[in-house]
Amino acid sequence: MYRYDDYDQAIVDARVEEFRDQTRRRLAGELSEDQFKPLRLMNGLYLQLHAYMLRVAIPYGTLSAPQMRMLAHIARTYDKDYGHFTTRQNLQYNWIKLADAPDILAQLATVQMHAIQTSGNCIRNISSDQYAGAAAAEVEDPRPWAELLRQWSTFHPEFLFLPRKFKIAVVACEEDRTAVQLHDIGLQLHRNDSGEVGFRVFVGGGMGRTPMIAPVIREFLPKAQLISYLEACLRVYNRFGRRDNLYKARIKILVHELGADEYRRQVEEEFLHTQTLGLDAPQAEFERIAAGFAPPAFETGLSDDVDRSDPDFAVWLDKQVAAHKAPGYAIVNISLKPTDGIPGDASSAQIDLMADLAEAYSFGELRITHAQNVVLPHVRKADLQAIWQKLDAAGLATPNLDLIGDIIACPGLDYCSLANARSIPLAQKIAGRFGDLERQRDLGELKIKISGCINACGHHHAGHIGILGVDRKGEENYQLSFGGSGAEDASLAKIIGPGFSEDGVVEAIEKAVGVYTSLRADGERFLDTYRRVGEAPFKEAIYG
Amino acid sequence: MGDLIRFRDDETHEEPAVTLDSFLEQSNATAIRLEPTDDPRALIPFLDRLSLIEVAFPKFRDGRGFSIASILREAGYTGELRAAGDILVDQIVPLRRCGFDAILSEAEIDREVAAKLAALYGNVYQKTVDGRAPVWARRSDPTHG
Ligand code: HEM
Ligand code: SF4
Repeated sequence: MYRYDDYDQAIVDARVEEFRDQTRRRLAGELSEDQFKPLRLMNGLYLQLHAYMLRVAIPYGTLSAPQMRMLAHIARTYDKDYGHFTTRQNLQYNWIKLADAPDILAQLATVQMHAIQTSGNCIRNISSDQYAGAAAAEVEDPRPWAELLRQWSTFHPEFLFLPRKFKIAVVACEEDRTAVQLHDIGLQLHRNDSGEVGFRVFVGGGMGRTPMIAPVIREFLPKAQLISYLEACLRVYNRFGRRDNLYKARIKILVHELGADEYRRQVEEEFLHTQTLGLDAPQAEFERIAAGFAPPAFETGLSDDVDRSDPDFAVWLDKQVAAHKAPGYAIVNISLKPTDGIPGDASSAQIDLMADLAEAYSFGELRITHAQNVVLPHVRKADLQAIWQKLDAAGLATPNLDLIGDIIACPGLDYCSLANARSIPLAQKIAGRFGDLERQRDLGELKIKISGCINACGHHHAGHIGILGVDRKGEENYQLSFGGSGAEDASLAKIIGPGFSEDGVVEAIEKAVGVYTSLRADGERFLDTYRRVGEAPFKEAIYG
Repeated sequence: MGDLIRFRDDETHEEPAVTLDSFLEQSNATAIRLEPTDDPRALIPFLDRLSLIEVAFPKFRDGRGFSIASILREAGYTGELRAAGDILVDQIVPLRRCGFDAILSEAEIDREVAAKLAALYGNVYQKTVDGRAPVWARRSDPTHG
């Protein structure tokens, strides 16, 4: 993993010092809440329904065991003993006291972490593939590029006051675990016909009130020009993105209103200019960063055999463990979705345990996924059973990856001041209804995603089944959508009909699942069947 | 009027600034005021005869002026570049990084806070028009400024 040098550390330390002074001025009454608000937001501190919420950045979803332990320490010391992993590969603390916030940031800085780029209309924390550096099919590790972008985008002076927030993802597989086409900019490393590696650049995806799948704005960008090209993309957006209406301010609206061709033309024109400015760091700097992501010292000659005699272990193995590029190694997915739990929540003790496991078995590395789970990226197959036993004892071994119980849910009305409806209790009700794991496995991949309001933090537009909380005459109500996907076959879910109460949603999902099981062809996922047969039979079963 | 801070040594420009439209129509004015929607590149043929370009910030959240300033400096403008309007003290550092060398703020600016903030960030990650060496350049050559 990349380690800060003195320069990186000095920049993060400066930020802590600045925020300590701002907080002092606020607590002393020298700053009003109005004046303080933009400052605290630049440090990831939101005011929620009941308390301050602090959002900690986990750049490209990668963290080390000591960093993970620090997250547990903060949860234990300053919060109610738990943290919430989000769809943006961040961690949120829900019960923070303002006076503690500078100390928390200072403690995070000791393990090279911060809350920069977690809020505001700037370039946000960069997301990436949780299998980066471990997946066999990857062109190269995307994280050195993500780290290069982290540095470039940290306090980028021209782009601190964009029309709206800006999210960038970097991936290097055709298989998409990051929802790359639903980001403001998605960068996909791939090989062109002449064998060179460069970026495919998607611009203008997003969720929120007007979901859009990003068009390809450039099929092949040479790697060495990444920064000058992005400067052109961002500059066109900063100048021409809409500022008259908050809901039309994201870059997706600009690209949509101009048309992809015209946006591309403007970017190319600006790019001719930005290329002359010497904005890209030299190859040597890239190599310095990449050295931080050198593959760990994998042992050779390991066996690929795993003893499957314990049936419970075998079930977990089949569901939670993915193929690794190194022989004898595997990728472990840790479920933060126990049937009766809160999606994405983990207690301090669980966070500590995951850190211990990473240290003992995964070269000290962990990943956070946008589906609110945790990954141990580099595990010897011979250690899988021991890991499973420890996870199981801590309630972290539910074998439900990508199944109906692996629900993404935003904080919703239990925490969020923008919410129309609760997300968490609904997720628990659905997970409970389909609590029988054998049934879940029979239903196969089925991604349910819940947002408590139109902002779509829970990715409901990208759900095989998406659920949106709305306010209907003061009552919590839920709209159901079908057919979305945040993967390489990206699509937007479509509303199926009038909304439901909480219990009504669960019944409707039960009926939809019934339609699927009666119509599915061999090997078809719920999504495939829905795409093949269309919405009619589902509509008929739910409303007929 | 507001609170003016200048980071240059020459005399303050006294001539009133004209709009881009009136400048392009006739003027031999030497001071001009750009709105966020104006195209700074329209000024490129005239840059060496301008001694003040004022860029409007109607709201502190409106960041278009940051790009306008960068474009003007990249095109070689060396006269005074003044950010004018709703400006927060915390924006002075990024404004200067984008080439502004004067700030005209509607509200009074706390000089002490401004100085503290300016001193805090000795390291920068990006190459911009302010000429400061980004961290990536200093890493390979620590004598870089
Ligand atoms: C709890 C406080 C939160 C607030 C106030 C908040 C606010 C918002 C708003 C206003 C938007 C809409 C932006 C737009 O469409 O322009 C949004 C989108 C989004 N937020 Fe949140 N959010 C919160 C929590 C979260 C959490 C917990 C997650 C992760 C689970 C998250 C991830 C996202 C994502 C993925 C999107 C949509 C993707 C996109 O940007 O298009 N947010 N959020
Ligand atoms: S989707 Fe709405 S309710 Fe859910 S976290 Fe985002 S803003 Fe809050």
